[in-house]
Amino acid sequence: MTIRFVLLVNKQGQTRLAQYYEYLTIEERRALEGEIVRKCLSRSDSQCSFIEHRNHKVVYRRYASLFFLVGVDGDENELAILEFIHCLVETMDRYFGNVCELDIMFHLEKAHFILEEMVMNGCVVEINKSNILTPIQLMDKNS
Amino acid sequence: MEQLKNIGRELAIGSQGSSKEFLELVKAIGEAKSKAEEERLVMEEIEMLKKKIVEPDVPRKRMKEYIVRLVYVEMLGHDASFGYIQAVKMTHDDNLLLKRTGYLAVTLFLNEDHDLIILIINTIQKDLRSDNYLVCCAALTAVCKLINEETIPAVLPQVVELLGHQKEAVRKKAVMALHRFHQRSPATVADVISKLSMKIMHDVDPSVMSACLCVLFDLISADANSYRHLTNSYVCILKQVVEHRLPKQYNYHNAPAPFIQIKLLKILALLGTGDKGASNNMYNVLGDVLKKAEPSGNIGNALIYECISTITAIHPNSKLLESAAAQTSRFLKSESHNLKYMGIDALGRIIKINPDFAEEHQLAVIDCLEDPDDTLKRKTLELLYKMTKSSNVEVIVDRMICYMKTLTDSHYKTDIASRCIELAERFAPSNQWFIQTMNQVFEHAGDLVPPKVAHDLMRLIAEGAGEEDEDADSELRSSAVESYLQILVEPKLPSLLLQVICWVLGEYGTADGTHSAAYIIERLCDVAEAHPGDDVVKGYAISAITKVCSFEIAAGKKVHLIPECQAFIDELSASHSTDLQQRAYELQALFAFDSSVVGAVLPFDGSADDIEVDQSLPFLNHYVKSMLSKGAKPYIPANERQAATTLASQHVESYVSSHSLRFDPYEKPQMPIMALTPVTTLQSDDQSIDISQKATQVFQPSFDADTPSSEATRLRLEGVQRKWGRPSYNNNSASSSAGAERSTNGASNGLDIEKASGGKQGIVPQEPKYVSDRNKQPEISAEKQKLAASLFGGVTSKADSSVRSSGRSQKQASTNRHVGTAKRMQTVDPVDSRAQASLPAATAPPDLLDFGEEEVAIAASSKDPMKDLEGLFDNTGSVPSSQPTAPVTNLPNIDLMSLYDSDLGLGSGLVSSIRVPDMIPENLPNNDSGDRLTVLDGLVTTSGAVAGPKVQGETSASSAIKKGPSLESSLEKHARSRQVGVTPTGPHPDLFKDLLK
Repeated sequence: MTIRFVLLVNKQGQTRLAQYYEYLTIEERRALEGEIVRKCLSRSDSQCSFIEHRNHKVVYRRYASLFFLVGVDGDENELAILEFIHCLVETMDRYFGNVCELDIMFHLEKAHFILEEMVMNGCVVEINKSNILTPIQLMDKNS
Repeated sequence: MEQLKNIGRELAIGSQGSSKEFLELVKAIGEAKSKAEEERLVMEEIEMLKKKIVEPDVPRKRMKEYIVRLVYVEMLGHDASFGYIQAVKMTHDDNLLLKRTGYLAVTLFLNEDHDLIILIINTIQKDLRSDNYLVCCAALTAVCKLINEETIPAVLPQVVELLGHQKEAVRKKAVMALHRFHQRSPATVADVISKLSMKIMHDVDPSVMSACLCVLFDLISADANSYRHLTNSYVCILKQVVEHRLPKQYNYHNAPAPFIQIKLLKILALLGTGDKGASNNMYNVLGDVLKKAEPSGNIGNALIYECISTITAIHPNSKLLESAAAQTSRFLKSESHNLKYMGIDALGRIIKINPDFAEEHQLAVIDCLEDPDDTLKRKTLELLYKMTKSSNVEVIVDRMICYMKTLTDSHYKTDIASRCIELAERFAPSNQWFIQTMNQVFEHAGDLVPPKVAHDLMRLIAEGAGEEDEDADSELRSSAVESYLQILVEPKLPSLLLQVICWVLGEYGTADGTHSAAYIIERLCDVAEAHPGDDVVKGYAISAITKVCSFEIAAGKKVHLIPECQAFIDELSASHSTDLQQRAYELQALFAFDSSVVGAVLPFDGSADDIEVDQSLPFLNHYVKSMLSKGAKPYIPANERQAATTLASQHVESYVSSHSLRFDPYEKPQMPIMALTPVTTLQSDDQSIDISQKATQVFQPSFDADTPSSEATRLRLEGVQRKWGRPSYNNNSASSSAGAERSTNGASNGLDIEKASGGKQGIVPQEPKYVSDRNKQPEISAEKQKLAASLFGGVTSKADSSVRSSGRSQKQASTNRHVGTAKRMQTVDPVDSRAQASLPAATAPPDLLDFGEEEVAIAASSKDPMKDLEGLFDNTGSVPSSQPTAPVTNLPNIDLMSLYDSDLGLGSGLVSSIRVPDMIPENLPNNDSGDRLTVLDGLVTTSGAVAGPKVQGETSASSAIKKGPSLESSLEKHARSRQVGVTPTGPHPDLFKDLLK
């Protein structure tokens, strides 16, 4: 019951955010990201949002130009992860206001903070948007 | 209009305080057209950062930016280790944002065993003691990523202390830190957890409780028995969650705290496994979860799926199983591939309990199997693997092999090949089929199959069915030889398959007389020639040639070696490999012997004979005696010899271990022990029949050192034999076994057989059901039905009863569906529209958030202050106004509370874990201010009235969001991004596309 990584990658295969909950070397990450994105891009919208890759299961969802990819282990509930992704996007949307790819690029650290509040040790610990955003908004205010 | 909006976006996006450089970098990366261009940008960036980062007196804000740029560098796949130390330094900063950015960078850069981490421990310790709860949170987040087993003790006491912190956010993170410690080293925190489990696990705050469930899940999966007494508590919690007792903010699209529900369901599944009593207590609440989950949205279906998992894991309850089956049917019949996938998985779980259930869905399963969607296909194959029996093995394995042929990824190929082999070994209806299947597996995945499988196959061919039915055995061998001669035409074959082929041709190529020795030898030479680099195959080939020749010689025929073969022998005689040389010379030596000797050395079909080696070598007694009488030293067995030498060498070892020079002289070299060598000398000296017969036994293993004949003597295949052999063969119905005899090629024949055997029982009675299905699926091809029959037909041994039961459950399903829709009709529209809006396809006005959180929507439209006021007004009254959307209303909540209190009396102390009264919406502004704050964002002036979280005196949190789509704040924002020219009208409009649309 663990999330192994969360990746945001655009259509061109360029990584926009990467958070790994199990350590991989830079080379391993590169290879993994490349292979997974290639697989996702080759799939149509009607196909299911899950792919198996090596010993990972990857749940992905596309928003505009951006793929949100979540790598999970075998016991994870794929549909729930799909909704976790949506919740993450909703939360970002509430924080940034009509979030777009560029928001995440300009505020990479903020996007990471949001994710940090939602997922710890690979477990979804928070989906309550006010609980997620309050600490980040307080921090913004003070600096 | 669109353009105006874009300009607004542009203005809004530029980040405050970012330098032009940073904006330009982001712009350049964002607009990079290819990976190569991105690569070049990053390389330039690295060079620049290397210089800038070491400059003296870099302003702290600038340094933060550098660190974010380092994060970019690593994210895009390059090493940024030159800047790690700066990130470590940034964690010392007093400014919270900078500190947290530092921690973030460190957690992204370093794994927990990195040397630099030791420099952060001190900072973490300090931060854990901070008065500012946000600093504590930042440190705890870092703890979860950075602390390894060795450093746990350095922070453990403080983490434990923080478990009692007044802020729930801190408690939550402290629990998660403990969770991490438990994952890293359960022993170090076992005490803490057992001591505190009662206290911390029963936190009144839902998010702390949710974090505790993570810890508990781990604890319970390690040892369910110690926690079984808590089952009722979890049941109570789940009940409360399902009944919407948690504050609304924990809802997700109207589902009450779905992730908490899922965790609880997983825990219940662990606790109920094999425990009838515990399972009994869960039945009600599981039924509730199933009933309350809305089947229209993903999240509802996620809950339903999790429920099915739990229902199938615990002690079975027929009523729940029936509803689980109904839901699974719904998944399978859905248009959505995601739901189908979940349905296939759920089906796999249900058939473990009730195998008959699969029949009802055979067509759906076959649709999934034939779907072009690879994920779905693979999932379905996994299901088929689970439901394979001897009656459907042929079709399933054939399907798997077909799929395997399409794969290029060796990882999956290995996986599926090993599954094919496993199924074939377990359920093979006949040896012939087994050999055919194995050949296919070898042909397509030969390099990925473990060598043991090849040896098993050779052994099967050698030993046949394991009974004294020589005719059947030789028929089997002949067919194997024929199939291999056919396969040899293929241009590229894996080494392992070639080895098997060579061995079989060598042993049995000429056995039935259809092929001449010359022909077989020629083919063997071709094999060797086609694989010049493969010494193992060459070894097999030359050994095979040797065998063919010797059978000829033994039969009294003259062997004329074809020139190719002679060339091959010559080549091997000069080979670098001593093994190949030896084999070549052995073959040549063979021609010197007469037929009786050769026949004794390499008897026909000798591979299956057990070779008994008398280890005492009694035939040497005479020789040993004579040598001893001549003064040779007596033989000392190896173990005794070792005991003696270890004693002697003990003092030597002490020298060696002390790494100093040895000053004592070496021991005198001893005479070689005579008795160790006689075997080989004898072999070459003495050629009497008597001895050569003995020698065969020694000779053959050494000759065929790595060929299966010797391998086979070592394999333990008793169990396998039974699976291949007669018994399972006989167990099949007569018609299927008769068909299996005929079957040489899985698919088409398989279908026929199954139609013959399963069809009579399975298909005919089911016809009516197809008809009823046809309403939805107008045409089901005959082929599909055949396939279905062959896959599932075998299942219906008690066809009548199962059809009846499946019919019943279908009816059940339809009524359920009926109830479901009726219920949905009753609920107020907004619910549906919200759920609908979660689909990306939903259309909505472009400016508004389409997932319909009123608060955000208001914030988004906050251009007009009057509207904002209305929004505020609306929102203060939002509790009643939002009632229709949620099934639970505020008023009944009070009634429920009294119920809840009575629950408290019944249940354990855990029930108090969710102190709902503290968080019912009336009290909301004190606890959870986020939503309100968002609403108030537009209203800059009146914000003081709302008491924000009373933390560190930072009261008015109204302007907490600095950036948003509101015009006012947009205008206040930097327009730098525009300066550097990132525009929505530029070459990459994608960058500006709203994600949520």
